[in-house]
Amino acid sequence: MEVRRRERIDRGIKVRSEGIYVVSSLKEMLYVAGPRIFLIAGLLLLPLFLEMAPYWKRVVNIMCVYGLLAISFDFLANVVGLVCLGGAMFIGVGGYMTAIFNVYLHCPVYLAIPLAGLSGAFICTLLLLPCLSLRGVYFAIVTLMYPLLFIRIIEALNILGGTNGITGLDSFPNPYLENYVIILLLLAFLFGLRRLVDEDIGLVLRGIKDNDQSVRASGINVAHMKALAVFIASLIGCLGGAYLAHLYMWAGLSLFALDFSIIPIAAVTIGGGGSMLGAVIGTFILVPLSEFLRFFGTFRIVIYCLALTGFIVFKSEGILTYFARKYDQFERWAKI
Amino acid sequence: MGEDMSIFSVEHLNKTFGGVKALMSVSFSVKQGEVYGIIGPNGSGKTTLINCITGFIKPEGGKVYFRGVNIKGWPAHKIARAGIARTFQVMRPYYSLPAYKNLIIPLWSPRARAIGGWRGGGRHGDRDTVAVDILEEIGFERDSRVPYKTASTLPTGYLKRLELARCIALRPEIIFCDEVFSGLSASEVAGMLPLIEKLKMEGITLIMVEHRLKELFKVADRVMALQFGEKIAEGHYREVIADPRVKEAYLGSEEV
Repeated sequence: MEVRRRERIDRGIKVRSEGIYVVSSLKEMLYVAGPRIFLIAGLLLLPLFLEMAPYWKRVVNIMCVYGLLAISFDFLANVVGLVCLGGAMFIGVGGYMTAIFNVYLHCPVYLAIPLAGLSGAFICTLLLLPCLSLRGVYFAIVTLMYPLLFIRIIEALNILGGTNGITGLDSFPNPYLENYVIILLLLAFLFGLRRLVDEDIGLVLRGIKDNDQSVRASGINVAHMKALAVFIASLIGCLGGAYLAHLYMWAGLSLFALDFSIIPIAAVTIGGGGSMLGAVIGTFILVPLSEFLRFFGTFRIVIYCLALTGFIVFKSEGILTYFARKYDQFERWAKI
Repeated sequence: MGEDMSIFSVEHLNKTFGGVKALMSVSFSVKQGEVYGIIGPNGSGKTTLINCITGFIKPEGGKVYFRGVNIKGWPAHKIARAGIARTFQVMRPYYSLPAYKNLIIPLWSPRARAIGGWRGGGRHGDRDTVAVDILEEIGFERDSRVPYKTASTLPTGYLKRLELARCIALRPEIIFCDEVFSGLSASEVAGMLPLIEKLKMEGITLIMVEHRLKELFKVADRVMALQFGEKIAEGHYREVIADPRVKEAYLGSEEV
């Protein structure tokens, strides 16, 4: 009997468009740039398409905030090797910081958000500094605990507006700005992080995940590099949180909600980890799906969970990995 | 005791694990450009000695002098930055990276960036080229695909050499080799000996822990024998293997 197996072979155009040879023809250039252009143009045009549906414009905004959290999680977990469930902490700290700057110190929005991002990232990094030598699930537990700690502190001491939160934050001057601020932030950090990971410093970060002992033996302070990575990730998260607070015009305890920690993980699982792009695609599926399912009331959680389980069981590699393979390679049956 | 002559010396180093005395007052000193072998049966404390010196575990008592500075108790990255590189007995490559990208990490380190690329090449940028140069020097065929293959797909012989290449990329003054010959075929080891000689010619000091005595004795200037964490003999390899205590502890019989 003839034995056959499926083999995967790179498409000719993929091989032709590697390295400098990509400039040999327009077709090759489009092959490489096409998916990026599709993502960027699609995202930029989305608010215009949704002109008639203001509710969905708002969903896009929130989707982009989750997108920021997902790339920050993906970066820490799959590049540096720190499983960080601190999404809720980043959002909460960023949100409260922008409220302090905007309401208490009367900074305008365009100043309050970047200031909140930087100062929030500084606070989060400082808090996580003692835990950086922890690995795997231990680091995850600590990062999960911090948001709960913040909630209790704010409740118990009745500071920062207590359970009512801080109200009266400035909103964005117009709805287009509201859309495009977060879309451009997401695109900038997505492509910026992908670039960073391919640089030499990114290799060092990937080295820490692979083998931190060898990095130490190479004369590099692993704790410093991890702190830098945590700062970048928390900057991304805190900017998202600051944006969200201005979107709601309110900073309250619900900014520390567990959703902000959990949904990014689900998004990375669905989209495929390590590339940051998979994380974004994952959120672009999960968040709108969750909105559609509102129709089913509480039953939506069941459908949501089934969808997640289905993805993990049948396509555990992630959607992006699957489609990237289809894009770059073809399959055929070969005789053994 | 000729302190000014030696680039590196260890004085009365101690380490205990619970009740086990892993190192008992070990002392030795090494001159610049010397190849110094450390031998001893399994569990005699050779790797512990390297780990203590390079800062991967904390030694308890004693002193470690490198160019007159006591580096005992420094963190591992600071010791590496001072110019002391090490290989790991259980190989620790970056499995997910291509072989030549493994060298980018030591090349990126503050030390290698301050000194400049290997043999004067590429102080800034083109670390990739320098990395492939080093790999070629150490026996990765430049024109083949081997330097560009993911480390996880490479055979042991290449991974052992990659360990050494990572040390070289750091531009060190001293390299501690923890059994770089083990797991290699006789011809592979023979291929590495000229490289060791070349490093020695460049003034790099090598301290080699080794079980492959025949090959070690070809390159080592002096040898120390450890047993149960204690130095039992030191000197030219002929003197060391002739020592009755070494014979009894390590070789177990009359013939080598």
